[in-house]
Amino acid sequence: MALIEYRDALNQAFAEEIERDPNVYLIGEEVAEYDGAYKVTRGLWRKYGDKRVMDAPISEAGFIGMAIGSSMLGLRPVIELMFWSFCTVAYDQIINNAGCVRYMSGGLINCPIVIRGPANGGTNVGATHSHTPENWLANIPGLKVVSAATAYDAKGLMKTAIRDNDPVMFMENTLLYGEKGEVPEEEYTIPLGKADIKRAGSDITFIGHGRAALTALEAANRLADEKGIQAEVIDLRSIRPLDEEAILASVTKTHRVVLVDENKPFCGVSAQIATLIQEKIFDELDAPIRRVCTIDAPAIYSPSIEKLQLPTADRIIEKALGIL
Amino acid sequence: MPVINMPKLSDTMTEGTLVRWLKKEGDTVAAGDILAEVETDKATMEMESFDDGVLKETYVKEGGKVGVGQKIALILGDGESADAPAADKPADKAKADAPAPKAGSAPAAAAPAAAAAPASTGRIKASPLAKKIAAERSVSLDGVTGSGPGGRVVAKDVPAADSAPRAGSAPAAAAPAPIKLEKTGGEETRIELSGMRRVIAERLLASKTQIPHFYLSVEVDAAPLMRLRKEVNAANEAAEQPKITVNDFVLLAVARAAQQCPKVNAAWGGDHVMQYGSVNISVAIAVEDGLVTPVIRNAQDLSLREISSAVKDLASRARNKKLKPEEYAGGTITVSNLGSYGIEQFYAIVNPPQAAILAVGAIVKKPVVNAKGELAVGERMNISLSGDHRVVDGAVGAEYITALRKLVENPALMLF
Repeated sequence: MALIEYRDALNQAFAEEIERDPNVYLIGEEVAEYDGAYKVTRGLWRKYGDKRVMDAPISEAGFIGMAIGSSMLGLRPVIELMFWSFCTVAYDQIINNAGCVRYMSGGLINCPIVIRGPANGGTNVGATHSHTPENWLANIPGLKVVSAATAYDAKGLMKTAIRDNDPVMFMENTLLYGEKGEVPEEEYTIPLGKADIKRAGSDITFIGHGRAALTALEAANRLADEKGIQAEVIDLRSIRPLDEEAILASVTKTHRVVLVDENKPFCGVSAQIATLIQEKIFDELDAPIRRVCTIDAPAIYSPSIEKLQLPTADRIIEKALGIL
Repeated sequence: MPVINMPKLSDTMTEGTLVRWLKKEGDTVAAGDILAEVETDKATMEMESFDDGVLKETYVKEGGKVGVGQKIALILGDGESADAPAADKPADKAKADAPAPKAGSAPAAAAPAAAAAPASTGRIKASPLAKKIAAERSVSLDGVTGSGPGGRVVAKDVPAADSAPRAGSAPAAAAPAPIKLEKTGGEETRIELSGMRRVIAERLLASKTQIPHFYLSVEVDAAPLMRLRKEVNAANEAAEQPKITVNDFVLLAVARAAQQCPKVNAAWGGDHVMQYGSVNISVAIAVEDGLVTPVIRNAQDLSLREISSAVKDLASRARNKKLKPEEYAGGTITVSNLGSYGIEQFYAIVNPPQAAILAVGAIVKKPVVNAKGELAVGERMNISLSGDHRVVDGAVGAEYITALRKLVENPALMLF
């Protein structure tokens, strides 16, 4: 298997889907001639031309709205947000148009779009560029929300997202674009709503999505090395649909859980997971559910403090030891 | 900012009565100072401070009952503030002041229906999983020491099935909604349950409903023992030594017989039987409002004099509530003697987890047919054994009681 960067895994997914389906096109700020702000779409405009890869003006409401309209007529746009933080200027388009159209049309109109881009803090770009909106979006029935932590998942999930007939919100991470991972040569897809057990364990479960799953994995490996504690690590990969079965099976096995979440804690994704666990398998819990989230404040601009604002392996370990 | 919680001062303690505060709010407290006296189910004990500071607040009035682990006071060190605990103080106070509804309460005039609810013995802090497992095993978490954070009972703390008093079936079945007491028309006195009374009620109910009891009884010839006792006490009197009681002889015989027949000196452990190498006799001692069973340890190694003085010491301290919790623990067989009340024969309830308890009656003169087939005046004593049939079978119990009888009837054998 080839060892490639997360951004190139996405790039492969776009290229393969553009070739597979003539309705697929990419749109966003700087995605074409400039190769994308993070070089995720590198070379695609040169290879596939203006009709398949197009630059958009700095007007999220405009180009997202247009892309949603095109999807209602049968196209499959993949829309890049330079930062997911900017989705707020296209909220009406995303939520009322994309999210509700199938229901409002009595199932007559589908909206097969993908909106994608980085949704993470930790890069010193300030409070307005560091949002993690997966919980905002997952709150809307009609939207699907996906978060990829590795190159393999990024490619497999993106191909599935492009083929899905509902609007899929795809969360990437600027801190992960350069991370390399093994990606098979042959074609593959990853179903939405299927979590990945990144590490098997019997003593405690860590559940996260996106980069938080990797932080949880680091904490689990350290706990095993330093304390002999075997933590199971689950990467949700897809937040909505959610792999409830994987979550419940793991916690039923370990009876303890720490939820790791780069969301802010208040109404964060992990709050939903905590509710799920206590509602469905309360009797399996041998300790309270714990959460390690991004500290509840606007993204802190001081880089050294911002690092600590996000979940760290140290914080996860501390929480875990508190309930073991 | 140490919050002082009601400590667990004995194995069976679920709540304590704060008898008396020895420090009052505002007093300076040093580690080692006695903060209060606390009455447990077994004894009144002094509660010591482990912290330095000022006794900022107390949450329980004198005489108030508090569950183990509940907040009773707050000690603040230098420069500490009391925001959090102060906030929930009123609720705690209310909880501690309000007498818990009691089972079987007389339907006093204004008692609402809720007062008939079973007595609460303080909430047990256990994880949902621990509670589920306990329910599956039908064991109680009452008195289980939690190893989880904050003393929470977690899954691994749940006792094995049958090793602890059962929670679900038996007490639930045996203690449904308390029987509503009728008004008699005459004078009635409502007596609140002491901690000891509640523990006696719970443990003996559990024992009688969950342990398969069986009973063996013999009438032994106590005349040789009475002759020996007369001789011994004549000598003791001359030497100004304390007298030896009949029960002292019985205890010695019980210990020696248990050595000869160790299968009765055992306990039920759920998935195993534990047979003990030393004979630790729990001696039932009546005290005001109940009874306690302090333990004479390694009775198999003690002389008659040593047993006699051990019992005297335990009994006098038991009556003054000065026994320490460890002095109740670790018994392997129990002896209850109601002979001094003139009771000729009775059967005791097994003292769990022990497998056997002996009930000793009074020595009475009565006609007997002697070895020559003649009618004669005998001095007779009834001894009965109540056994846990899971541990001791009838034949084993009979062997033991035969050994015991031989020793009592031939006290000279106890010299060996």
